[in-house]
Amino acid sequence: MRFSAHQRANAAFAGLTGSAALVILLALAVILGDVAVNGFPRFSWEFVSQSPSEGMTAGGIFPAIFGTVLLVLLMTVAVIPVGVITAIYLFEYARQESLFARAVRSAVYNLAGVPSIVFGLFGVGFFIQFVGGNIDRFFYDGRVLWGQPAILWASLTLAVLTLPVVIVTTEEALRTVPREHREAALALGSTKFEAIFKIVLPQALPGILTGAILAVARGAGETAPILFTGAAYFLPHLPTRAYDQFMHLGYHVYVLATQSPDIEATKPILYGTVLVLLLVTVILNFLAITLRSRLRRKFA
Amino acid sequence: MTSRSALPSVRPSGPEAAAARPLAPEASATFPTRASVAPRVVARIPPMQIQTTPPKTKLASEKLELFYGEKRALHGIDIEIPERRVTALIGPSGCGKSTFLRCFNRMNDLIPGVKITGRAMLDDKDLYGRGLDVVELRRRVGMVFQKSNPFPKTIWENVAFGPKILGEKNKGRLDEIVERSLRNAALWDDVKDRLQTSALGLSGGQQQRLCIARALAVEPEVLLMDEPASALDPIATSRIEELIHELKARYTIVIVTHNMQQAARVSDRTAFFYMGELVEYDETETIFTNPKERRTEDYVTGRFG
Repeated sequence: MRFSAHQRANAAFAGLTGSAALVILLALAVILGDVAVNGFPRFSWEFVSQSPSEGMTAGGIFPAIFGTVLLVLLMTVAVIPVGVITAIYLFEYARQESLFARAVRSAVYNLAGVPSIVFGLFGVGFFIQFVGGNIDRFFYDGRVLWGQPAILWASLTLAVLTLPVVIVTTEEALRTVPREHREAALALGSTKFEAIFKIVLPQALPGILTGAILAVARGAGETAPILFTGAAYFLPHLPTRAYDQFMHLGYHVYVLATQSPDIEATKPILYGTVLVLLLVTVILNFLAITLRSRLRRKFA
Repeated sequence: MTSRSALPSVRPSGPEAAAARPLAPEASATFPTRASVAPRVVARIPPMQIQTTPPKTKLASEKLELFYGEKRALHGIDIEIPERRVTALIGPSGCGKSTFLRCFNRMNDLIPGVKITGRAMLDDKDLYGRGLDVVELRRRVGMVFQKSNPFPKTIWENVAFGPKILGEKNKGRLDEIVERSLRNAALWDDVKDRLQTSALGLSGGQQQRLCIARALAVEPEVLLMDEPASALDPIATSRIEELIHELKARYTIVIVTHNMQQAARVSDRTAFFYMGELVEYDETETIFTNPKERRTEDYVTGRFG
C-alpha cells in the first residue's frame, strides 16, 4: 500500500509537532531528575530545620526557607488588595476609552515585560532610598533604620513585579461574571459598590485566587529583585522586624554556587537547597489551589 | 418542570383560600375564560374593589427620545400606563420596546453613550430630573429579565438579597419575607424544603419565578418584565402568565413580549412599537380585534414581524 505525498507530509508534520512537544517534557524531566537524584541524599529533617554552619559547608537551610515563605506571604498581602482594586477600577468603573484607563492598562502590560533585575534596582531607588531614606530622615534623625535592604522592601518590590499578573487575572475573573448578575443586583436597588462586593467579587474569587497563585509561583522563584533589596548572604537570626534582612532560598542557591570558597563541599547542599526551593514553591501553589477549589465548591 | 404546574387546579384551602376569594369576582369578570386562575391567588393580597373609575396613571412618558450615540432609538414616545394593570409592549425585534421599558428603571444608564430627552415619570415624578435617586427608583420599580438570572447562591440568599441591602438584618423577618415572596411568585411549594440549596439547581421556569420572587421581596410598586417567558417551554410559560394575572392585583406590570398570543392573554392594555415609534396604544382587545392603524393590524395578524 502506498501513501500519497499529501499523506506523508501530513504524517511528518504530526510527528514534528509531537517531538516539539516532547522537548518540554524532556527538559522538565532532566531538571527535576537531576535535582531529585542529587538533592534527596542531602534531604533530611536536620537540613530543613537547622541553620548553616561551618562557612555554609554543613548544617541546614532553615533560615532561607523561613525567609522565602515570609517574603512570599508579605508580598501576597501587599499585591492582592492593590491588584484587585486596580482591576475593579479598570473593569467596573473606568470608561474604557478614557485616557487614564488606557494609560493604566498599557502601564500594566509594559510592567509585565520589564526584566526582573530592573525591579531590583527600582526597589533600591524607590523603596530603600526614597521611602526608607525619608522615613529615617523624618522620624529617626537620619539614623539608618529603614533606608537599607529589608524584608519589607524586598516583598514590596516583588509585589510590584507580580502586580500585572494579579491585575490581568482579576480582570479576566471579573469578565467571567455575567453582566446579567450585575444588572439583577442593580435592578434590585443595590448601589454599584454593593453589586460588586456582594455579587461580582464572590463569583470572581476563584479567578482572583488564580492570580494569587500565579503571583506566588512567580514571586517564590524570583531572585534578581531581592538581590539588592533585602536578601542576605548569611544571618545568625531570623527576621523578626519589617526592617530586618532575611535569607532566601533562591539567593542561597546563588551564594552556594558562586560565592563559596569550597564549591565541591557545598555541592550536595546546593542540590538540597534547589530541591527545597522547588518543594516550597509547589507547597505554596498547592495551598492556594486547595483554597481556590474550596471556594469554587462554595460558590458553584 | 413539575407536573403540578401543568395542571392549574383549584388548590388552596383554609385561610389562604379565604384570602383569595374576594378576588374572584373581579378576575372572572375580566377573564371569564380563565376562572380557574383566580383561586390560585394566595395569601396577603388585599381585597380589591371592582374598578369603576379609570385607574390612576402610574408610569408615563412625554416626548421621550433615546439616542444610542447618534442613532435615535425612540422617537418622542407619549404614553400613560395605568396602575395595577398589565400593559404589554409588542413589536418586531429592534423596535425599541425593551429600550423603552428600561427607561422606567433607568437601566439604560448602564450603557455608555445613551442620551435621553423628554420625560419619563413615576407618579408624576420625573425619573430623569435632578436629585432623583436611581437606587431608590430601582427599589420601587422592579425588573424581571429575559434570561433568568439568579445569583449563584442559595434560593434563600437570592430572595433575601434585596431586603438585606435595604438594611434588614433580622433573620426571622428575612425568613418571613422570603416565604411571602416565594408564595407570591408561586414557588414556595416547589422549594420550601430546599431553601438552602443552590438556585442554579432549579428548572428554567422555576429560576424565572425565583427572579420574580427576588424582585417582589423589595416590595416594588411596578414590575417591569422584559420577555420573561421567551426562554421557557410552554408549560413554564403558562405558569408565568398565571402568575402575572395574580400579581396585577398589587403591582403595575409592564411586559415586553414577542409573543402576541401572550400579550392578548395577559395584558389589559397593549402598546405597539415599530421602528422606535409608538404606533398605537389602546385596550388589548381593541389592538387585537379592531386596531386603528394599518401597521398594527398587519403586525397582529402576522403579515410582518
